[in-house]
Amino acid sequence: MKILVCISHVPDTTSKINFTDGDTKFDTNGVQFVINPNDEFGLTRAMWFKEKQGANITVVNVGGPETEPTLRKALAIGADAAIRVNTEATDGFTVAKQLAKVATDGNFDLIIAGRESIDYNGGMVPGMIAGLINANFVNNCIGLEVEGTTTTATREIDGGKETISATLPLVIGGQKGLVEESDLRIPNMRGIMMARKKPLTVAEPVESNPETTSVKFEKPAPKGAVKLVSEDNLDELINLLHNEAKVI
Amino acid sequence: MSVLVYTESDQGTLKKGALEVASYAKAVADKLGTSVTAVTINTNNTSELAKYGVDKVLNISNEALQAFNAKIYADVIKQAAEKESSQVVILSSSADSKYIAPLLAVNLNAGYASNVIEAPSSTSPFTVKRNAFTNKAFEVSQINTEVKIIGVSSNAFGLVETSGEASAEDFSPSILESDVKVQSVDKVTDKVTIADADIVVSGGRGLKGPENWGMIEELADVLGAATACSKPVSDLGWRPHGEHVGQTGKPVASNLYIAIGISGAIQHLAGVNASKVKLVINTDPEAPFFKAADYGVVGDAFTVVPELIEKLKAFKANQ
Repeated sequence: MKILVCISHVPDTTSKINFTDGDTKFDTNGVQFVINPNDEFGLTRAMWFKEKQGANITVVNVGGPETEPTLRKALAIGADAAIRVNTEATDGFTVAKQLAKVATDGNFDLIIAGRESIDYNGGMVPGMIAGLINANFVNNCIGLEVEGTTTTATREIDGGKETISATLPLVIGGQKGLVEESDLRIPNMRGIMMARKKPLTVAEPVESNPETTSVKFEKPAPKGAVKLVSEDNLDELINLLHNEAKVI
Repeated sequence: MSVLVYTESDQGTLKKGALEVASYAKAVADKLGTSVTAVTINTNNTSELAKYGVDKVLNISNEALQAFNAKIYADVIKQAAEKESSQVVILSSSADSKYIAPLLAVNLNAGYASNVIEAPSSTSPFTVKRNAFTNKAFEVSQINTEVKIIGVSSNAFGLVETSGEASAEDFSPSILESDVKVQSVDKVTDKVTIADADIVVSGGRGLKGPENWGMIEELADVLGAATACSKPVSDLGWRPHGEHVGQTGKPVASNLYIAIGISGAIQHLAGVNASKVKLVINTDPEAPFFKAADYGVVGDAFTVVPELIEKLKAFKANQ
């Protein structure tokens, strides 16, 4: 089975979010970048397939050379090859078009992407890849088994979950649940050494005009101080929630 | 030329989110000087939509659409958009609508903005404000394509009542074949879901064990709220993963989020930042969640929550 794992290069969760150039660009100053958490669950699931039933894993990212350490980390975790599509990840549709081209060219059976990235939170890339290459698609995927060309996927729905069968090729939008967090891999020294020898290919992008453009960013207004209510005065709390906040 | 809105239903009944996206569609249509058409799938009663600005309802009734299938639903909505020559298509932020929207965007070759929190500030160029960076910032995004798709963030726009009447029309689109088949659905039907809830009551490790969740559920019952939990609680298996709120769990955009025994790790806060009002109950006055909260009670959950339940029951009885 040939698996393509789409890796988004995102600021670490604890990063301070700031903007530059008149609030039009994300300020990368001092920011640590990591594999998008939802993609990390997918990569670990792909590793599970590789180890239990045999699979070849390629990881792919759309971005400039600065994203290569993130791909190298994925190689150190155990992916076999990496592709960097050499263009700025300007908008979700553009990214999906690049990834769809890689998926088609490589004839992959299973394409795993995170349900959304933790920076732009668009939640569109996995579905758009599936639409563009006309493959089956399961979003919010929290479980996946593959047997031959048949897959059984579990998907989180509002208020529960559902189990779906679909044939390959399949695209999933994965998330926590695909594997347990305790099963996530940390690259060891051997993996890091081996990753240096694995192929990291730079592919040129397909032409695409951005369907959406980021105009500017804003930060929420500073929050006022918390209103503390004594535990002996819960009537006052109810009064505040009812009359001031108007939420009960 | 009308604005098309997909109004979701659950077992034939319109969801609350459907009325919110209808309200949003009306605001967009007013800016564009056009009307609102709603498309519904296997919905029993659509009369309420007129109250939220819908001018025309396209009712689709088809047995083949009983089980949700994103690809088929996206194709059906595309056919409705083409029939209405819609330049703007609006969906909610439910799990199903977020599943449909990117497929629909490819079908219609349309730019898609998700997690949108306000009506467009401009329609030429078409500019919307959306949540980004896991609710730590907003992005003002311009959609450049002829057809635009907007996913409206839950509880962001609210319900806006208006007066008017809606015409209804049966619509029979062609139905695609798909080998994606739903085998089973495991859904708690008698509980408010986090996605639909106005109020979410959430518990953390401070509750000491799953045997203490009865008071969380009772508080949720009194308030008509959904229950949720922090990541350690779901990791420990005290509560199901589906209740885990946070960056890698479910996002919450409720009107009121009540965090009980949750210290407020940054990943948790990221998942609840979109909630309008946050109440924190915690024994530790230094818990980081108090910095993000609107209201707080420093106290032991095991004494505060039962008393709060009793007082809320009395308050509700007097309403």
